[in-house]
Amino acid sequence: MIECKNITKIYQTGASEAAKVLKGVSFSVDDGEFVAIIGPSGSGKSTLMHILGMLDTPTSGDYFLDGKNVAGYSDDDLAEIRKNKIGFVFQSFNLLPRATVLRNVCLPLVYAGVDKTAREDRARAALACAGLGPEYHQHRTNQLSGGQMQRVAIARALVNNPSIILADEPTGNLDTKTGEIVMETFQSLNETQGHTIILITHEPDIAEYADRIIAVRDGMIVDDRKNQNKKIGIPGVADRKQI
Amino acid sequence: MKISDLLEQTFFSLLANKARSGLTVLGIVIGIGSVIAMVSIGQGASGTITSSIESLGSNLLMVSPGMQRGVGQQVSAGRGGAQTLTLDDAEAITEQIEGVKTVAPQYSTRLQITAKGTNTNTTVYGVTDTYGEVRNVEIGSGSFITPAHNNAKSKVAVLGPTTAEDLFGEGVDPIGQTVRFSNMDFKVVGVTAAKGGSGMSNADDAIYIPLSTAQQYISGNNRVGMINIQGESQEILEQMEADITALLMTRHKITDEASIDFQIMNQADIVESASSIAGTLTILLASIAGISLLVGGIGIMNMMLTTVTERTREIGLRKAVGAKRGDIAVQFLAEAVTLTFVGGVVGTGAGGLASWAVEKFGNTATEISLASVLLAFGVSAVIGIVFGYYPAARAAKMDPITALRYE
Repeated sequence: MIECKNITKIYQTGASEAAKVLKGVSFSVDDGEFVAIIGPSGSGKSTLMHILGMLDTPTSGDYFLDGKNVAGYSDDDLAEIRKNKIGFVFQSFNLLPRATVLRNVCLPLVYAGVDKTAREDRARAALACAGLGPEYHQHRTNQLSGGQMQRVAIARALVNNPSIILADEPTGNLDTKTGEIVMETFQSLNETQGHTIILITHEPDIAEYADRIIAVRDGMIVDDRKNQNKKIGIPGVADRKQI
Repeated sequence: MKISDLLEQTFFSLLANKARSGLTVLGIVIGIGSVIAMVSIGQGASGTITSSIESLGSNLLMVSPGMQRGVGQQVSAGRGGAQTLTLDDAEAITEQIEGVKTVAPQYSTRLQITAKGTNTNTTVYGVTDTYGEVRNVEIGSGSFITPAHNNAKSKVAVLGPTTAEDLFGEGVDPIGQTVRFSNMDFKVVGVTAAKGGSGMSNADDAIYIPLSTAQQYISGNNRVGMINIQGESQEILEQMEADITALLMTRHKITDEASIDFQIMNQADIVESASSIAGTLTILLASIAGISLLVGGIGIMNMMLTTVTERTREIGLRKAVGAKRGDIAVQFLAEAVTLTFVGGVVGTGAGGLASWAVEKFGNTATEISLASVLLAFGVSAVIGIVFGYYPAARAAKMDPITALRYE
């Protein structure tokens, strides 16, 4: 499903200086995998995620999504692919602060041209999947706790039923307990609904929830292993309303 | 993205910042409102001037005496001061000029008029029966000056309604009464209908007597003060003007055009020059108002640029979830156009109110034309697009990652 071949990314930082952030990364991810990309800050993992999420394009190398090389796609072509195939979860949630929970979750469907009623039905379903009860649907997102906000963000990532969910430090702004619950949610999405999940983190504990761990350092993959001691989030580990 | 979603989002975003949106709209309201009000005042003035000139009569040429100036003399008695036109000139014009419908020679002078202990000072016109037709003076009650009056040099008078009221009071029928001026009694035979004219020459404040009577008893000669000529149509007035000039030059034995002792005014020329003045006035007023509209537009641009900067992360997010450049651009453009459109609607109302107030309290006629309202809407939409375009393009071009990371 995802195949990266020798991807490099160079940022021009000055007239003659250039930062080589990715130095030839190659790997592939199959349908339904739960992959954690782990690395310290500055390792290039965020850049890698942006390229995987088509928010950015590689300087060289090829990126195949569902067998198609996306090199040379225009901004609008990339937006089209993001809309249909990729859901994002960000560290800082990136919710519209004044809008209601439901409205935030509906946002991707607005661009997909889905009718308002269908949109809200799907948003409610996605929120249920992400574990946020109907009592919050009309809340403004700036009235929610961090964990609740991240659930809204997860629901938003799910709502257009993308094949891939890209999560960039989804637990970075959450306390440990809440972070565990969010990770458990990802696991259940992966197991029960078959979404491919790619998780970016710098915390080994969080990476342990994935099936496969890719370690990145200085712009190169230094390790790519199956996670032998996968942490299993206990279903119903906490009353979700408490988070 | 659907239109309904676009509208919903637009209102949602604008209402999120009510005070700012409101103030920005206010700029447009003032701009559009002042354009509507100013143009309505200008057009009202233009309408008043044109109709007051047209109330003088239609297809009118007015021949009046020129400057009195002897050969080699430098002293001029001023235009109209010469007594060079005669009744014979008027008759010659009637007979020899093509396209003449009616000719009405007149003599006029200002006199003190008395009647039963009241008195007033007004213009006395010596006229013939054709005067009413040519100068649009209609009789209200009684009769106008008739050919018989002129033949008999009768001492009869027709009063303008204002003069009748001044002399006899309101609601009193003056017909059959006498008025006295130039040491003679004149019997009132009629009152003209009110024309409501003002300024230039008020036909309501006048006394009409037979021309022959005026020449015999007041001026003492056969000169006339002015010859009014009504042409058959607007188009031939210019040709008639040339023909009359030639005719009168021959009759007055003048060969050099520089020493012509009469002048001809073409009503069409007066209307034209007056409306061109009014047109200039309208343009002047509109351009002053246009400047405030421009300032309002800059206000829109300023607000949209601020909004785009503030919502950088939102733009990044929208792009991440699949918004195309066009979606983002249209969203911000829609916000700008909505602001100007709302400003246009409210501004049209405010402008209408202002011009109503000017008409009501300022005693100046105003006229709101559909064209100026449509123009205002067109201009406000264009302003929205023009001033919203740059901020919208800036938002659309944002790089999603940079936008998402924007602090």
